[in-house]
Amino acid sequence: MGIKLLLEHDKVEGIRYYDAYRKHGGYRAAEKAFKMSPADIVEEVKKSGLRGRGGAGFPTGMKWSFLAKPEGVPRHLVCNADESEPGTFKDRYLMEFHPHLFIEGLLISSFALGSNATYIYIRGEYAWIPDILEQAIAEAKNNGWLGKNILGSGFDCEIYVHRGAGAYICGEETALIESLEGKRGNPRMKPPFPAIQGVWMRPTVVNNVETIAAVVPIINIGGDEYAKIGIGKSTGTKLMSACGNINKPGVYEIDMTISVEEFIFSDEYCGGIPKGKKLKACIPGGSSVPILPANLLLKTAKGETRLMNYESMSDGGFVSGSMIGSGGFEVFDEDQCVVRHTMTLARFYNHESCGQCSPCREGTGWMYKILKNIEYGKGKMSDIDLLWDIQRKIEGNTICPLGDAAAWPIAAAIRHFRDEFEWHVLNPDESQKRNYGLAHYADPIHVAATA
Amino acid sequence: MSEQPKFKVTIDNITVEVPAGTTILNAARMIGGEVTPPAMCYYSKLKDSGGKCRTCLVEVSKGSEKDPRPMPKLVASCRTTVMDGMEVKNITSPKVIDARKGVVEFLLLNHPLDCPVCDQAGECDLQNLSYEHGAEATRYEFKRRTFEKEDIGPYISLHMTRCIMCFRCVYTADQLTDKREHGILERGDHAQISTMLNKSLDHDFIGNVIDVCPVGALTDKTFRFKNRVWFTKPVDAHRDCPTCSGKVRLWMRGEEVFRVTARKDQWGEVEEFICNECRFHKKETKDWVIEGPSVIARSSVIAQGHYVGTMKPPVVIDKVIGKEPKFLLDIHSISDVNRPEIHLSEIEGPAHSDDFKAKS
Repeated sequence: MGIKLLLEHDKVEGIRYYDAYRKHGGYRAAEKAFKMSPADIVEEVKKSGLRGRGGAGFPTGMKWSFLAKPEGVPRHLVCNADESEPGTFKDRYLMEFHPHLFIEGLLISSFALGSNATYIYIRGEYAWIPDILEQAIAEAKNNGWLGKNILGSGFDCEIYVHRGAGAYICGEETALIESLEGKRGNPRMKPPFPAIQGVWMRPTVVNNVETIAAVVPIINIGGDEYAKIGIGKSTGTKLMSACGNINKPGVYEIDMTISVEEFIFSDEYCGGIPKGKKLKACIPGGSSVPILPANLLLKTAKGETRLMNYESMSDGGFVSGSMIGSGGFEVFDEDQCVVRHTMTLARFYNHESCGQCSPCREGTGWMYKILKNIEYGKGKMSDIDLLWDIQRKIEGNTICPLGDAAAWPIAAAIRHFRDEFEWHVLNPDESQKRNYGLAHYADPIHVAATA
Repeated sequence: MSEQPKFKVTIDNITVEVPAGTTILNAARMIGGEVTPPAMCYYSKLKDSGGKCRTCLVEVSKGSEKDPRPMPKLVASCRTTVMDGMEVKNITSPKVIDARKGVVEFLLLNHPLDCPVCDQAGECDLQNLSYEHGAEATRYEFKRRTFEKEDIGPYISLHMTRCIMCFRCVYTADQLTDKREHGILERGDHAQISTMLNKSLDHDFIGNVIDVCPVGALTDKTFRFKNRVWFTKPVDAHRDCPTCSGKVRLWMRGEEVFRVTARKDQWGEVEEFICNECRFHKKETKDWVIEGPSVIARSSVIAQGHYVGTMKPPVVIDKVIGKEPKFLLDIHSISDVNRPEIHLSEIEGPAHSDDFKAKS
């Protein structure tokens, strides 16, 4: 069994409520934190090496230390609970079943950052979760953990839950800020960064739900201890939301030392692929990260075993690697069609583009239409190269990362599964009746001998 | 006020000194000529505009003197401020040229290309942009996006299919009027400029959205299908206006005033915003004190024919490549046509071979 920090009390009856949570060591970290100075907490988080769990993996302690602290201007902590990445549902699990862990993390982080008004921006589709959170906030407040002068420290904190209206783009931090202010959720131009001018032009830190929750064990066991878990710069534990063709879909906490193979096939985690089918491909970190064929997923291009952590997953860059991203682990067996899957993703990004900048607004729709043609047997060989050219012109040229997120999956699908695209073009009738199958996507990769 | 620090910035091998806080685009405009990136959405008179169209992307090959690392991505020059010692590549970067070509293709993807019946044709930024930076054909094979026609009042006509979503008209209404009636509805590729439930745009200064629109999405209904802009002659004029400065540009043919617009500078930006009264209702010569022909960029189609007041952009290519460009052939050495000392604009009537015969 791996180490469990966030889901330690997952099986405890009533952990959703204050009494059970408190009985099992809840709010002990907050007690400890209020005896520390805010700067010490930031230092502790820095030492822990915690990386943002929302997708980009930016070191949280560093982000916190960037926060501008001008005199007389309020600062805000905003929690990004707009978890809209297809395949990712770990934050939902945390908020639904461990709301107090999350509230405690928010409280400690607010204290560390000096945020008296902290916001949770939750996606509109999670319609039932704001009630759970508000109930937890009320319980915490009744027990003196929120409100005025918490634990006699002189620190006031209120947490507000703000419901989004269901836009993927509002998970981008500046779009989230705009939306929180009541405006149209369009990403802002950077700079200025939110750490300088965020919500209502005040210094703001935007963190993912899991990042905030991870602050609790960091304070409990100390940053140094936390940093010992995991390998290299991938410290601590990470929640993975596994789905697709696996026996046991669900949210798993891993300590980033296990291999991808173990994660998919061991009974402790995903439990293998149903009906004895073979693994074809996998998107290891939410829909916007590059898809990997089975052979590159289990071994890196150098022939090493791929591990479930930030570095190993991105080994080889985008040429032969991917990203751990937000932890939305999607597994495909041999019966899945990569072309169809890529088309579905393209449709999603086309639908969710905010329409502010031209490459993303026009390019995503174009890519979707081409992919639709290929999928339905109307494609041409030149369409594949055209797709490649379009994604290349979108990537990196947009205001926010949605352009990249739309381009990467398509680039990776063409890079690794070009045969399947070509088969679709060359066999328009057959491709409507059956899938390409596993082909050579699980064959061992020849590793060139090093000199 | 204390002296503002000056920053040295090098754009395409040409170094200029600009006040701190200047954007790369504005620094490049100080140089002028080819090194200035095109801008479809940025408008120096409108706060917060820019960053959306991505045509002004440039490569920053050196961040600053202190931090010489290049920037990882191309940046929008209209929204990126210069740092001391920054080195920027615009026309010298193949990456930029390629990306810009891509952006032009994206902008034209769903554009109806109805230039033959568009009132903006001839003074359209998108036409100029595609001519200079675009490809000769599109690779798009699908049906173009269309919108339902919306009536936004008696003076302004809205063609949503032509819109490139620059947001300029939204900022104009925000910053010039006290109440904005139009805005962006919907999202992504079906986003549109619209009013909520068919309101008409009604404000003394709302006519300026026509001038700031880079394409033919917002055009003047009082000038609709009256004349092609290149047949009319721009003349600067003024009148005593109680609402605005009254300094305008009349577009005339003979004695007839076809259209009134604000005066635009060399970057196609309005110098002073004018009111609706001047724009839509004063269409007779007697309403105006005429100052004389407007200065028009020589590259503009409006400068065709025998127009005198043209302005030539500075030629900076020698500085960019570091030497005088070498001509493959000097036409004057083998032909008497286009003799340099004879200016076409000074010839009365159509040019004739007689005009080029040596006059001694």
